[in-house]
Amino acid sequence: MNNLKNQHNEEVRLMKGNEAIAHAAIRSGCDGYFGYPITPQSEILETLMELEPWNTTGMVVLQAESEVASINMVYGAASCGKKSMTSSSSPGVSLMQEGISYLAGAELPCVIVNVMRGGPGLGTIQPSQADYYQTVKGGGHGDYKMITLAPASVQEMADHTVLAFDLAFKYLTPTMILADGVIGQMMEKVILPPFQPRLTEVEIREKCPWATLGKPANRKPNIITSLALLSEEMEEINLRLQCRYREIEKTEVFYEEFSCDDAEYLIIAFGTTARVCQKAVEMARTEGIKAGLLRPITLFPYPSRIIRELAEKIKGILTVEMNAGQMVDDVKLAVNGRVPVEFYGRMGGIVPSPDEVLEALKSKLIK
Amino acid sequence: MTINDIINPDNLVYTKTKVMNDVPMHYCPGCSHGVVHKLIAEIIEEMDIQNKTIGIAPVGCAVFAYKYLDIDWQQAAHGRAPALATAVKRLLPDRLVFTYQGDGDLAAIGTAETIHAANRGENIAIIFINNGIYGMTGGQMAPTTLVGMKSSTSPNGRTIPLNGNPLDITKLLAQLEGTCYVTRQSVHNVATVRRTKKAIQKAFENSMQNKGTSVVEIVSTCNSGWKLSPADSNDWMVKNMFPAYPIGDLKDL
Amino acid sequence: MAKIKGAIVVNIERCKGCNLCVVACPSKVLSLNNEANSKGYNYSYMAFPDACVGCSACAYVCPDACITVYKVKL
Repeated sequence: MNNLKNQHNEEVRLMKGNEAIAHAAIRSGCDGYFGYPITPQSEILETLMELEPWNTTGMVVLQAESEVASINMVYGAASCGKKSMTSSSSPGVSLMQEGISYLAGAELPCVIVNVMRGGPGLGTIQPSQADYYQTVKGGGHGDYKMITLAPASVQEMADHTVLAFDLAFKYLTPTMILADGVIGQMMEKVILPPFQPRLTEVEIREKCPWATLGKPANRKPNIITSLALLSEEMEEINLRLQCRYREIEKTEVFYEEFSCDDAEYLIIAFGTTARVCQKAVEMARTEGIKAGLLRPITLFPYPSRIIRELAEKIKGILTVEMNAGQMVDDVKLAVNGRVPVEFYGRMGGIVPSPDEVLEALKSKLIK
Repeated sequence: MTINDIINPDNLVYTKTKVMNDVPMHYCPGCSHGVVHKLIAEIIEEMDIQNKTIGIAPVGCAVFAYKYLDIDWQQAAHGRAPALATAVKRLLPDRLVFTYQGDGDLAAIGTAETIHAANRGENIAIIFINNGIYGMTGGQMAPTTLVGMKSSTSPNGRTIPLNGNPLDITKLLAQLEGTCYVTRQSVHNVATVRRTKKAIQKAFENSMQNKGTSVVEIVSTCNSGWKLSPADSNDWMVKNMFPAYPIGDLKDL
Repeated sequence: MAKIKGAIVVNIERCKGCNLCVVACPSKVLSLNNEANSKGYNYSYMAFPDACVGCSACAYVCPDACITVYKVKL
C-alpha cells in the first residue's frame, strides 16, 4: 500500500470487499455498470441496485442477460468515453474474454472486476487465484495486455476501483481488478474515497476526442473498431499497443514489501494469499528465520525488477498461490536462475494456512 | 432543350445525400445493403440528426458500414450490437442509436442480445437485413435460410431434420412487450424502397422519442451468395422469401 | 398537360453495372454501356435519353447511390 497514494476523506465504514467496490465506483464518477449475477461477487450488482446511483450521480446500472452482454455493454459505454465497468467471477469472466480482446483492440478504457473462484469449469464458489494466466497472459485472442490490480484488503478494493479507472483512461486499455472470493466476501474497515463528479459531455469531448457522442459538423466521424484488414495497418496497431504496454511496465508497477530489508528467504504472493504469507513471515521471524514478503499489487505490469534486485541478496524464493502454480512462472522469469524458486499452492477453493506456508518454506528451501 | 440544359442545379430532383460519403462501397453489385445504407443516410439528413446519431455496425457484410455514412459509429463483436446500443442509449438518451445487423449476426449468434434488448424495450432502432445467407464468409447457411435453399453449408438444400427450421425472429420480436414497432419490408423496387424509407424513419423517430424498441427487417437479396443476377435475385426473393417472410407491419403501437 | 423532360448523371466510377436501374426504369431509358469503368464494370448510361421523365426510379433502387436526377417541366 505504501506504493499507492491514498486520498481519503473521513467516511469510515465496515463492509464487504464487493460492497466497497460498488461504493467506490459511484464515488469515482463511474457512468455505467453492467453486470450479471455470479457467486462470489453478486454483492457488487446488489449494492449498486440498492444504492440507486441513477437518482444521485446519474450513473446507469443494469443487470444484463449474460456476461457476454455485460462486457459488450461496457464496450458501448466506453466507446462514448464514459467511465464504465463490469464485474464477475471466473466462469463469467471466461465468457467475457472475447469482449475484453475487442476492448483492448479498440483501445477502450474500462474496469473489469474478477472475484475469482475455483475452477476449471463451474468449479466451486470458494476463493481461488487460478485465473492469473487468463488475466495477465491474455485470456482472449490476439497480443494484448490488461493492467491488472490485485487487491489484498477491502480498503484496496475501494482504492483500486478509483485507480483502475485512472489507469484505464490514462492508457486507453481495459483494466482488471483481480480479487478473489475471500477479499470479495470478507468485511473490514474501509475509508471510502471522496466523491468525484461524473464528467460532463463537454468534458468528455475534450478528454476523449475519440468518443462516439454524435458527430458535430466540424469534425470527422469517430469510429470505434478493432478491425484492420490491411496487415500493415494491423501491425501498426499492434506496435502502438506494445509501445503502450512497455510504457505501462516502466511507469505503473506497484508492489508492497514486508520485512524484505534483511531477508534471506523471500515469499512472493498476491491478494488473499499475501495476507496469509505475511503471517507466515511473522511466524518464521519468531523462529529466527529471516523471511520477507513481496506482494505484487500490479500483476501486469509485473514487479520483475524488484524481484530481480531482491534475488541478488537472498537464498531462495517461495511463491505461494491459490492455484497449481501460475505466477511462479513470472517469478522464475524475473529471477532468471539466480536463486532457487519453489512453489506452494492449494487449489479447489482452499486457502493455505500460515502454518502450511511456513512448513513449505522450510521443507522446500531451508531443508 | 438539350440534356446539358436539363442537367442544371436548378432542376435537381435526386442526388446522393451528403451523410453518405464518396467512399465506394465494398458490397457486390446489386446488393440490398447499399440501398438501405442510402435510405438511412437520407433519413438522418432529413431529420437533421447527423450530430445526434450513433450507429452500431455488426460483424458480417455490413461490418464496414462505418466507412460509408458520416456519423459516429461503433463496430460491435459478432451479434452484440444490441448490447452496445443498450449502453449507449441509456447513457445518451437524447441520441438516435441504431444497430445495423444481418441475419447471422442478429438471429444466430446475437439472438440473446437481440431478444433481451427488445424485451427491455431499449429505445433503439434495429435495422435487420435478412437475405437468408452468410454473405461475408462466403454463402453459408443462416438461421433464416429457407428449407430447400442451397448454401455452401447446405449444399443439397436446407433440411429440417439436419438443420432445423428457418427462424422467423421478427415475428418473435413482435410478441415482446418492449417492442413498439416491428415491420418487415424490402427494397427491390421503387415502391418498396419508399415504404422502407418510411419504416426506418418511423423507427428512428421512435428512438428519438424513447418509445421502445423498433425493428425494421428488410428482406434482402444476396446475389453472389444466391448465385443469381441482381435482377433475378429480386424475382427469386419475391417468389421464395416473401411467402416465408411476408412483407408488412407486424406491430405498430 | 405540361411535358416533363428528365436526365440523369451516372457517377461512372461508383457504378457497378448491377443493372437494377435498367430494370427499374419505366421508360426504358437506361442500358449498360459496352465501355467499362476503371474497375471493369459496364456502367449504366442513358441509351435513350429522350424518353427520360426524371422520375428517379433508377436512383431510388441504385444500391451505390451513383445516380443524380434532373427534371424540367416544359
